[in-house]
Amino acid sequence: MSEAVPVPEAHADVEHHAAHHHGPPTSFIRKYIFSIDHKVIGIQYLLLALFSVFVGLIMSVLMRMNLTWPDHKWPLLGSLFKVGAPGGQMSPEFYLSLVTMHGTIMVFFVLTTAPQGGFGNYFLPIQIGAEDMAFPVLNMLSFWITFVGLVVLVSAIFVEGSAAFSVSINPNSAIAKWVAKYLEGGGSGTVGPIGGWTGYPTLSALGKIAGPGQGAGVTLWITSIAIFCVASLLGALNFITTLLNMRTRGMALMRMPLTCWSWFTTAILALLSFPVLLAGGILLLLDRHAGTSFFIPGGLVVSDKLLTSHAGGSPILWQHLFWFFGHPEVYIAILPGMGATSHILSTFARKPIFGYRAMVFAMFAIGLLGFFVWGHHMFISGMSPYSGMAFSVLTLSIGVPSAIKTFNWLGTLWGARIRFTVPMLFAIGFVSLFVAGGITGLVLGQTSLDLSMHDTYFVLGHFHLVMGVAAIFGMFAGMYFWFPKMFGRMMNQTLGYIHFWPTFIGVYAIFIPMHVMGLVGMPRRYASFAEYQFLTKTHPLVMLVTIAAIITAFTQLIFLFNFFWSIFKGPKASDNPWEATTLEWTTTTPPPHDNFGGKLPTVYRGAYEFAVPDAPDDYVMQTTPDATEANVAADGDGHTGQGSTGNGHDGHH
Amino acid sequence: MGMTATTETRAHSAVKDKGLGFGGPRPNGNGGRRGPNGGDDSGGTGYEGAQFRIGAWVLVAAVLMFFVAFTSAYMFRASMSDFVVLKLPRLLWLSTTLILVSSVTFEVARRAQRRGDDAIYRLWLAVSLALGCGFLVSQLLAWRQLVAQGVYFPTNPFSSFFYLLTGLHGIHLLGGILGLVYLLWRALRDARELRELRESATKKRRALTDAVGLYWHFMDGLWVYLFALLLFWR
Amino acid sequence: MGRVFGALLWLITILTVWMFVSKKWWLPPAITEHGPAYDRQFLVTIIIVGIAFAGAQIALGYMLWRYGARRDSSRGIYSHGNNRVEMLCTAVTAVVFITMALFGQRVWAQLHFHEAPPGSAQVHVVAQQFQWNFQYPGADNIFGRTDPAKIKDAELNFVGLDDADPAAKDDQVVTTLVMPAGRDVELTMTSKDVTHDIWVPELRFKQDVVPGMNIKVHFKPVKTGRFELACAELCGQLHYKMKSYLIVLPEADYDALLRLPQAQFQARITELNKQPLGLPGEQY
Repeated sequence: MSEAVPVPEAHADVEHHAAHHHGPPTSFIRKYIFSIDHKVIGIQYLLLALFSVFVGLIMSVLMRMNLTWPDHKWPLLGSLFKVGAPGGQMSPEFYLSLVTMHGTIMVFFVLTTAPQGGFGNYFLPIQIGAEDMAFPVLNMLSFWITFVGLVVLVSAIFVEGSAAFSVSINPNSAIAKWVAKYLEGGGSGTVGPIGGWTGYPTLSALGKIAGPGQGAGVTLWITSIAIFCVASLLGALNFITTLLNMRTRGMALMRMPLTCWSWFTTAILALLSFPVLLAGGILLLLDRHAGTSFFIPGGLVVSDKLLTSHAGGSPILWQHLFWFFGHPEVYIAILPGMGATSHILSTFARKPIFGYRAMVFAMFAIGLLGFFVWGHHMFISGMSPYSGMAFSVLTLSIGVPSAIKTFNWLGTLWGARIRFTVPMLFAIGFVSLFVAGGITGLVLGQTSLDLSMHDTYFVLGHFHLVMGVAAIFGMFAGMYFWFPKMFGRMMNQTLGYIHFWPTFIGVYAIFIPMHVMGLVGMPRRYASFAEYQFLTKTHPLVMLVTIAAIITAFTQLIFLFNFFWSIFKGPKASDNPWEATTLEWTTTTPPPHDNFGGKLPTVYRGAYEFAVPDAPDDYVMQTTPDATEANVAADGDGHTGQGSTGNGHDGHH
Repeated sequence: MGMTATTETRAHSAVKDKGLGFGGPRPNGNGGRRGPNGGDDSGGTGYEGAQFRIGAWVLVAAVLMFFVAFTSAYMFRASMSDFVVLKLPRLLWLSTTLILVSSVTFEVARRAQRRGDDAIYRLWLAVSLALGCGFLVSQLLAWRQLVAQGVYFPTNPFSSFFYLLTGLHGIHLLGGILGLVYLLWRALRDARELRELRESATKKRRALTDAVGLYWHFMDGLWVYLFALLLFWR
Repeated sequence: MGRVFGALLWLITILTVWMFVSKKWWLPPAITEHGPAYDRQFLVTIIIVGIAFAGAQIALGYMLWRYGARRDSSRGIYSHGNNRVEMLCTAVTAVVFITMALFGQRVWAQLHFHEAPPGSAQVHVVAQQFQWNFQYPGADNIFGRTDPAKIKDAELNFVGLDDADPAAKDDQVVTTLVMPAGRDVELTMTSKDVTHDIWVPELRFKQDVVPGMNIKVHFKPVKTGRFELACAELCGQLHYKMKSYLIVLPEADYDALLRLPQAQFQARITELNKQPLGLPGEQY
């Protein structure tokens, strides 16, 4: 209709182009660095997460080595970390700062960025048939803010150990003074930050007086999280708007791939939970630097000094704010993995997903219930025992939608014709690990049983399996699955298998023994277990876990090699190498700048039409018109006048 | 276009289908009601600005959660024994009046734009902007009054929360002011260059105004809520 | 490949189940009155969880074993789900999980929903980086006044006892927790600096010790012995060394201990700390 209006001046149109039709940029910086193309941003997120995951992984191996061989001197470690590991032996504060950094990097910069910021950014617009995100510039901003957050976080581990911050700029300048004041005059001379990824006050609020690792590092740690919150909020805003506004013709909500549902649910969770963490972070920073008393009570005696500057705050308040965010965060990490798993299981089982609607409702139920269970992290925090009961019942009821998902995955495999490709193996691994890790939530979610299990290695085993490695398996599945579309080449299949088997066995060997260590009573966040005799019988398990961890960690190098090698040397991929049905496989590999070459696809059916009786192939693309119509005109494109219907489909006739 | 008609009737029959399993060789459907082309097949890319309205709602949800977190922290803290409530500066009533009136003037402007009365639109937009700035000035003066009384940020929990909530609201309102400035700048530019807009561009203009308007009214409501909280929750 | 994967899943299931069933690494013996109820609830839960875990893994393994792609290029079952199966599974899990959640409150309610009975032994716990201080009321059974301003570690006044208060004269502050067996014990806990957590695996009990709060908890030890006491909430650099001991004495010994004057009290604690760890005759 717009064609009918005479246009004396095309300015408005140009603007429109800027928003949705931005032409492919030519300069290197606009194309690869400050790109507003969701596909480039998605890959940027993935690379950021890839860097972060290896940093986090190395940290976990260092921690395991310290726990297993506490007295051994590692010369290399000593020369790398002169303050943290003098003489090659790790100090407890260095161990604890590794704990903190490992948790924070993994939760925020891997589990939150890769599945959502990475794969979601790349594939949500394509899977719903859009040309880009609703707000491309905002999208670019959210990535670069995330990047700044990561830089600030990584710097946190360095400032404490050295005076690096004060030498780089003129110490008398106003900025230097402000920075020095903000960072409490630099580091505390040891390493840090120490506080775990949960950063409970008053430890995190008191500053240097609370011991090593409580100085500038903690300030930077909180700052980084606050920055990350802002970035995630911008991202979530973009995802929700894009999904609601930009679905292509025919893409009814209930025809969307389950990946899109999972990114949508995740974005809603992020949108409603990150503001709360941001609020908590601001209050914590104010307690540290503005002399307020939100979390710091009066009458404290720290390091034998009476603190008179604070009164009346409550450390529990932080826990409420933190876990109100923290529990939905768990689902932010795992839901996209569930989406990818459902998607990939159905594709390689060559069967429609079992109970599509139930999957969607279960996902929303998990998300919704996730907002009402934060108290199960706080049963023994000093919170009212009555509210603990309510939280407990709600927590166990999350098991119901989780079980529905598991049934449906099994149902999808039932009567299937499974193709055991590498992404399929990781997706099956996801199901297995999700069950193994999630099910112990039934133990921890009971107030009574938490009395003993809280903060032991049982908890570590539980959440590492379910939100750690299960989510990582979801990412691996997604990476092997979508790699050809993203980079135009296939990943090496043999290396993929070699990567999968030790990883799958390895993660079980690492995290199942942690459960029984927890039964014995092993507390988490201990730099050494040598002090306690009741832990002696767990020592063989400690060794087993460490060896499994080292092997598993080295196996990941195979993936790293495969990833970079395949980008350049992998065999060229066709448009639809997996014979999948959704929109990303209808466009070229890799997709053009505007995703569909100027003509948006039209969708005729749900996302998982495999094994359709009487159909020519065992899969029917979402863009394939109905059989009757297709029979009338072999060329479906001409018939509908819609353009790119069945692009990839044609490629397979 | 006959195609479109058939697809829509079939979409209805699809809704009636029961069962958890979904898919199958479905009849065609057109679920992407807001999708590109907006129902016409001309191949245009008229998203018609809906993303601004949706985006504004989503933004409001996020900001709301942010303040819900602070106010629940406030209520939590207010239940502790050492909580003392201070007398609030009277100037806050002036602030409240200013921002309430600014919402009304904005609405006048928005309706003028709907009618296509651009001069009136610009006038009332400017008035809203002035009132918004007036609100911020009034808030700053209220801060200065408290400071003059020796009430600082860390003085006591109430003062901490007072400065924090008013300050954060002010920062968010500043975002709204930037939105108003942007609308005004565009309106003035259009007027100066005597632009005749395409229909889609007009729709985009209106959507932007709606989005800024939603945020602005939300800031207004948020302030009333915060003010009431500080006044009555003790 | 499906068969290999299926068999691997079954193997992992067997090994996992063995780790628990072998009881090589199990909860230490319980010494509190609520301990057996706790252990029962734990056992029932872990059995249900184990069945669900093994069931799901075995089923998954079976699917992989059975439904690999075939040479004859036949297609899989064209099914979008089954409402009835879905509903049934949902209902069964809902009933099992909610029932479990309700039963899971019993020990909790028993411990938390009523005050400590009168006549309970009283101990005040004051945690600090990285030390536990336990204050006993002494012969008068009244706790002396404490004041944070009076805390001076250098003068060994760890809890800030106010000497001006006559009730404070006979109070004892030591770093070992001593309790009577067979009598309810009420702990009143606070922290001087950061959040700590008192954790003795044999007690089947754990509670954060939070600065600015006086948290009262109570339970009833029923078996004597000496046990390790750990901090279970990250409290700073030497968190892993914040260790103490719990000694549960026969009631009469406990009463006698409380009547001892300060010097002898300390000596008696030192002597008690020489006994081996664990229940008598059941050392680690």
